[in-house]
Amino acid sequence: MTDHLLRRARPLGGDPVDLLLSDGLIAAIGPDLDAPGATVVDAEGLIALPGLVDLHTHLREPGREDAETVLTGTQSAARGGFTCVHAMANTSPVADTAGVVEQVWRLGREGGFCDVQPVGAVTVGLAGERLAELGAMADSAAGVRVFSDDGICVSDAVLMRRALEYVKAFDGVVAQHAQEPRLTEGAQMNESALSGELGLVGWPAVAEEAIIARDVLLAEHVGSRLHVCHLSTRGSVEIVRWAKSRGIDVTAEVTPHHLLLTDDLVRSYDPIYKVNPPLRSADDVAAVREGLADGTIDIVATDHAPHPMEDKECEFAAAAFGMIGLETALPIVQQTMVDTGALTWEQVAQVLSARPARIGRVEGHGRPLAVGEPANVVLHDPDATHTVVPGDTASLSRNTPYAGIELPGRVVATFLRGTPTVLSGELTEGVHA
Amino acid sequence: MKHLLSASDLTREDAVRILDTAEELLGVAQRPIKKLPTLRGRTVVNLFFEDSTRTRISFEAAAKRLSADVINFSAKGSSASKGEGLKDTALTLQAMGADAVVVRHGASGAPHRLAHAQWTRGAVVNAGDGTHEHPTQALLDAFTMRRHLAGGGAGPATGTDLAGKRVTIVGDVLHSRVARSNARLLHTLGAEVTLVAPPTLLPVGVDTWPVRTSYDLDAAVEKSDAVMMLRVQRERMNASYFPSEREYSRRFGLDRARMDRMPAHGIVMHPGPMNRGMEISADVADSDRSVIVEQVTNGVAVRMAVLYLLLGGAQQSNEGTA
Repeated sequence: MTDHLLRRARPLGGDPVDLLLSDGLIAAIGPDLDAPGATVVDAEGLIALPGLVDLHTHLREPGREDAETVLTGTQSAARGGFTCVHAMANTSPVADTAGVVEQVWRLGREGGFCDVQPVGAVTVGLAGERLAELGAMADSAAGVRVFSDDGICVSDAVLMRRALEYVKAFDGVVAQHAQEPRLTEGAQMNESALSGELGLVGWPAVAEEAIIARDVLLAEHVGSRLHVCHLSTRGSVEIVRWAKSRGIDVTAEVTPHHLLLTDDLVRSYDPIYKVNPPLRSADDVAAVREGLADGTIDIVATDHAPHPMEDKECEFAAAAFGMIGLETALPIVQQTMVDTGALTWEQVAQVLSARPARIGRVEGHGRPLAVGEPANVVLHDPDATHTVVPGDTASLSRNTPYAGIELPGRVVATFLRGTPTVLSGELTEGVHA
Repeated sequence: MKHLLSASDLTREDAVRILDTAEELLGVAQRPIKKLPTLRGRTVVNLFFEDSTRTRISFEAAAKRLSADVINFSAKGSSASKGEGLKDTALTLQAMGADAVVVRHGASGAPHRLAHAQWTRGAVVNAGDGTHEHPTQALLDAFTMRRHLAGGGAGPATGTDLAGKRVTIVGDVLHSRVARSNARLLHTLGAEVTLVAPPTLLPVGVDTWPVRTSYDLDAAVEKSDAVMMLRVQRERMNASYFPSEREYSRRFGLDRARMDRMPAHGIVMHPGPMNRGMEISADVADSDRSVIVEQVTNGVAVRMAVLYLLLGGAQQSNEGTA
């Protein structure tokens, strides 16, 4: 295995220093390191972060290989600086058995671009009726620790309670897609004056907040940990803040698009802006940014949701929900949080790497940039800018809402256990041990 | 004006010009030969993804009286039901050389997509989209009101608007494209609009609309120059928007007793089709105050005016208002 010497990188945005990656580990950190035989990577001006970890990715395989495969999704992840992604369970067949989660996990390993940690479904077939074999998935080779019916809310209070209790046996966590189903039947966009004007069925904030409120109380009652997926409203932030102040073991995520985009984009009726939960108001955007800055929201997760063009080139009501986002996540976090002074790069490493790895109980990811730690490292150029071009992605899908928008920052290199998956901004052959 | 997608595309001047043009074209319907050569050689496609016989034949009559070639394209089953998608339909119409596409669709915003996704170059006229808008209905309603209420109520009232006229729109505002378009257009024309509905059938954010709202029909009718009753869709009746058909009818239906409290000159309107006995009683629908049949007649003239101004008179009209 080739050693790599990252010359004059800035770990977590600090002072320039050399990092030597050898045998899958960070072998040395120091000024002017000497490493005969190592490939030297000029990292002057680049920020080194621990490899990013996404707790919320849709890889679509098995079932919708026209939209994304584990290979293309993990290649897209690598280009975005990720070394580990959690693959959501809403595939076809649903990842509700040990067999399916092991298949997805193995496809990730074989691809060699990014570790894939499968998320197991909470209920059989995401049907919300009875628990899937959570223990079997936990004990499988995939070692599932995160369980979610994402895309669908575990709305039945008893079933949610049982899931929260049951996963304690193997230190699992239930990641809830908070959406009260009856309040959101046929919902298309944030419920507001604009939804009334556009004649699109509204998705009210209360439908998210009511479930989060119920779930934090359930988690408190049964003493379980709870993770809230993609929270999007000011009220949700306030409920989670209250829950944490009571000592409830809850974590929460926000997506890059909810940090940046607002619902007025839907005025175009362009389904590229159709996503679940929907884009919210500018006040909600301000609230999730504040929540992320003060630690109420623990992490940023992409909710990368690839869809073929025909599911977006149609009427708004007929279109699929979702946006791709692996390759734009770090630039958007830089734009909305770092360049605004709300987060330091050290904190970015927390919200995009250390904490998601901790929530997902992933070994070997989200570790400090320190000697002896796994060499999962991303080099990011904060001074670069680029204009988003929908086709310029490793994803099979093109449904980015940022087409034509200029974003700051660029991932220059990603290392997975010491081997580059991206170098000079281009995908490599991956890791093939 | 390139397209007519929303009543808010229209300035006061645009709207008055359409009404004045419709006034001229209304005369054509009274002639033995009801036809003008204005749009000869132009192709108008009626693209209906939703059944609506009345709106379709109204547009068809309008286009034919202007000598346009009319193609009726009934595309029931949109991409939502895995039929041919909106995009392919639009590309097909473009390939056939449609100069104007009159589109009715169950999905809000579908005409907007047709007009702006660059799948077709023809003018797009919104003939009703989901629960969004139905601008030609609002224009024919305004036209009918102007004939009865403006200029002393004696007919054309060319050049005038509806300044100061009090219009009450009653019923399922939440799901009504007619109410949305009327609220906007009537406001543009200077009318004072009051929406009356149970709170469950008013959209979130209605307080930002340029209208007043009320839950009290009795109070509203006394001050109304026009009362417009909206159809209550059958599927709303079992969805807890109101307790029962009878309770709705008692509180929000227009019966003889309520109608009699209107000012002497007040008119009663309904976009059709009516649920007689539900939102409007039969004797009100058939009374002297009712202008419901006249609305249908006026619909043809107003749609002629819209097609004429979009296709024939495009050069003279304002650019960029849509």
